Amino acid sequence: MMRYVRLFGVQLRASTLTLLQYRLDFATEGVLEVFWAITALIPLLVIFGERSSVAGWSFGEALLVTGWFTLLQAILEGAINPSLASVVDHIRTGTLDFVLLKPADAQFLVSTARFQPWRATNVLTAAVVFGFAFHELGRAPSPWGVGAALLLLGSSTLLLYSLWILSVSAAFYVVKVDNLTHLFSSIFDAARWPSSVFRGLLAYLFTFVIPLALMTTYPALALLGKLSPLALVAALAGSVTFALVSRLVWLRALGKYTSASS
Amino acid sequence: MRLAGTLRALPVMLRVGFADAVAYRAELLVWVLSTTMPLIMLALWSAVARDGPLGRFGQAEFTAYFLATFIVRQVTGSWISWQMNYEIRRGTLSMRLLRPVHPLVAYGVESLGVLPLRVVVSLPVAAIVLAVVGSGMLPRGPGMWALCGAALAGSWLLTFLVSFGIGSLAFYLESSVKVMEVWLALFFVFSGYLVPIELFPPALRTVADALPFRYQIGLPVELLTSAHGWPEALALVGRQWLFVAGAAGAALLVWNGGLKRFAAFGG
Repeated sequence: MMRYVRLFGVQLRASTLTLLQYRLDFATEGVLEVFWAITALIPLLVIFGERSSVAGWSFGEALLVTGWFTLLQAILEGAINPSLASVVDHIRTGTLDFVLLKPADAQFLVSTARFQPWRATNVLTAAVVFGFAFHELGRAPSPWGVGAALLLLGSSTLLLYSLWILSVSAAFYVVKVDNLTHLFSSIFDAARWPSSVFRGLLAYLFTFVIPLALMTTYPALALLGKLSPLALVAALAGSVTFALVSRLVWLRALGKYTSASS
Repeated sequence: MRLAGTLRALPVMLRVGFADAVAYRAELLVWVLSTTMPLIMLALWSAVARDGPLGRFGQAEFTAYFLATFIVRQVTGSWISWQMNYEIRRGTLSMRLLRPVHPLVAYGVESLGVLPLRVVVSLPVAAIVLAVVGSGMLPRGPGMWALCGAALAGSWLLTFLVSFGIGSLAFYLESSVKVMEVWLALFFVFSGYLVPIELFPPALRTVADALPFRYQIGLPVELLTSAHGWPEALALVGRQWLFVAGAAGAALLVWNGGLKRFAAFGG
């Protein structure tokens, strides 16, 4: 276990050093990221200029969901996407051999291979959105709400990561999936609204199949103190199950790997 | 001579573009599927409309508007600025320069070759709109349809020319991909892609009217859903084509200036 913690530190340092070679990139990408996050707020500003609530959510409450969305997107694009996008490359070119030869768990190695900290500027944007949301609501979150939200942050990250591992596992079977990463981000875009916006089939899909509701709406509800303890436990259990399933699928898919050179 | 040659080459180039699109059809399908934004916006605005209409927009109007947005985005989208960035950096652009056809035409024809497939993809969506909303919102009379055609052609050209111009910036900058991203972000906000322009507060509306973005998506969508009467529609399409002319001039200027700086790598 200790070894993996140390290994994580080494991998993180390596990405940071690579990154420092491109300092200008860091700045411009960071600014662009914030800019994109702001465009995501425009529809909400227009709608709540006219209405006081949508699908049962007030402006401040909906802002909380958008804040979570921004935060998770920062995590997805800064820590999850870059590493796993390179796995797809490894599989196609056969260089995954070099990863498999190393004396550590392959899933761990490929998942921590690359970070893009400029995407993390949106963690700050998310913090500003949270601040604005609670200013709008006129009250602060309860300590129990914050605790539950932090737990859910962990489970949301785990969910995102597991979904990603599942998509990457598909690369062992169909190889050409760099487009899939794009598709994945597009679907994740739906997590920016409170889940009660969606109706019928989509509502079911986004809760149980691609659990977007668990990722952004539940943590927002937790911060508002509206999430029942039962839902919290169910969300945590659900995400752990999801992670275990994705681990099994990854191991199975890895068995399918036939290096490209042979 | 050069024009005649270009015209003679056109059918073949179109066929090549089409074959290319068919060869990469799976990739195209993934790109289409990843155009989820209009649908995500539709979900949000439908939730708004459930509590009562907003302006002239009720549930049906929002459905028609955003599905039309999806279709217009499919048939007018352009990706050549990424391709140009790649070709300029790798130096493979020199292959294009050797051919006796202006690269602007070559890129344009390649993009047109993909259109049939994109139209095919859009047809089911159009069928869904008609089934759900009915044909009441469609333009009335052949004249209005012709104007819709002009607006669609204008928005295709405008998007293509801007993409070409920004792609040409790669001659000056190492990579103009970020410029394109800034353009895209502004496009998302001001084109009517996320919010129908009509629902903007008045001040923002004036800004959107004066910028080129709404003529890329918003205008054809509005005409397809009969948002404007004749005089207004004519004025807007006129303004769109002014933007097309401006974009053509600017893009060629950037291209011609940049070409002089081009030094093919590894040639």
